[in-house]
Amino acid sequence: MILNEQYRLKVGLAEMLKGGVIMDVVTPEQAIIAERAGACAVMALERVPSDIRRDGGVARMSHISLIRGIMEAVSIPVMAKARIGHFVEARVLEALEVDYIDESEVLTPADEENHIDKRDFKVPFVCGARNLGEALRRIGEGAAMIRTKGEAGSGNIVEAVRHMRTIVKEMRQLTVLGPEELMAEAKKHQAPFELIEWVAKHGKLPVPNFSAGGVATPADAALVMQLGAEAVFVGSGIFKSENPELFAKAVVKATTYYKDPMKVMEACEEIGESKAMVGLEISKIAEGELMQTRGW
Amino acid sequence: MAGKTVGVLALQGDYERHMRALEAVGAHAVEVRTAAEMAAADALVLPGGESTTMLKLLHREGLFEPLKAFGESKPIFGTCAGAILLATHVTSPEQESLGLMDIGVQRNAYGRQLDSRVVSLPSELGDLEAVFIRAPIIRSVGPGVKVLATYNNDPVLAEQGRHLVATFHPELTSDSRVHAYFLSKL
Repeated sequence: MILNEQYRLKVGLAEMLKGGVIMDVVTPEQAIIAERAGACAVMALERVPSDIRRDGGVARMSHISLIRGIMEAVSIPVMAKARIGHFVEARVLEALEVDYIDESEVLTPADEENHIDKRDFKVPFVCGARNLGEALRRIGEGAAMIRTKGEAGSGNIVEAVRHMRTIVKEMRQLTVLGPEELMAEAKKHQAPFELIEWVAKHGKLPVPNFSAGGVATPADAALVMQLGAEAVFVGSGIFKSENPELFAKAVVKATTYYKDPMKVMEACEEIGESKAMVGLEISKIAEGELMQTRGW
Repeated sequence: MAGKTVGVLALQGDYERHMRALEAVGAHAVEVRTAAEMAAADALVLPGGESTTMLKLLHREGLFEPLKAFGESKPIFGTCAGAILLATHVTSPEQESLGLMDIGVQRNAYGRQLDSRVVSLPSELGDLEAVFIRAPIIRSVGPGVKVLATYNNDPVLAEQGRHLVATFHPELTSDSRVHAYFLSKL
């Protein structure tokens, strides 16, 4: 793999976000609440995933004025979402100078065959993945950060756990194989051979691996961190809870101290009696409405 | 230096990369998230990351004063966000800092991520490869501060007594001379 200067800068910013919480926000006011709570970055969008799910219709890149307003409101990095395969939305976000682009399954895909060629951009990309093959295909296209997809807007951690466990297990399996077995693995995972070799040697992805899609409580955040996530994206879980400020602070604390049950307990206690977002049982979501199956 | 423990503040950021860089130059590196862990260290590294996030957690977890007291007697090395925390004065926006190094720092001073860069940097430690990511700029230095490298005429590597700051990220390269230099202060 060619780790050129541009790519190192892209991965470098992902390194700076490690151990932190990236929060979905839909207004500058929410962005300020997130920053004050200790978010290490915000994702600027028009509707959080649970509202996108409820409203239906085509979900697109957010309005420029909204993203700009959020960029002006906070000093932490600002990310924004483009539709899968919609390289013009991505170019627009790059021109706007957002710090990271999420080529996201939460929005309605623009291309069912191809993702964006991300190598060609100066701004870094994060992409979702459900398994190792998907993660390595996105890295092959130039993604500088991977996040497990989970099921966005569900408030249910089960899919995030499934995807993180899958990726970690598949990486671990590669590390015990001999060099002659790796081409067959590249075929099985439908992933670039060089990246399969890299993972077999290092036992991890060549870019930071974060978790997303279903985190609704401080304990959820600590769970995905213990399973191997290096940072946490929280979408609807903060601003669809009863008390966003308390939830935001508590999730930040639980993410930092994920290995320490006493501290995670303190974080759980800090939200008091306020309720988490209402969750969805995955089996109750119609198959066509699942977001995780968008992209490949 | 043998037998010395270097703590890396692990509230948020690229603390893992610092752990690796310190171990590469023979230090015993430990993650620091509590006052007890801090007290057990002989020196500390404040990593890159988001200074606002670290500052908030330092206060909420009662670590701000212990960290300040630590710096009164033991060496601290801050990179990027860590340099912001060590400064006496922080702008854009103004925020609280430890005041352990007599420098004034402007946050995100080069611009956004698109303005991040890798440059070849001549320094007192030799030529370094410097990775700047949404980096701050040191706008002023007090009389006790020694500048070890400049980029575009701004100080980017500086020391004051036992403390060291870099506005770039030596931990993101395989060159460990800056970390080795910090250890020589122990």
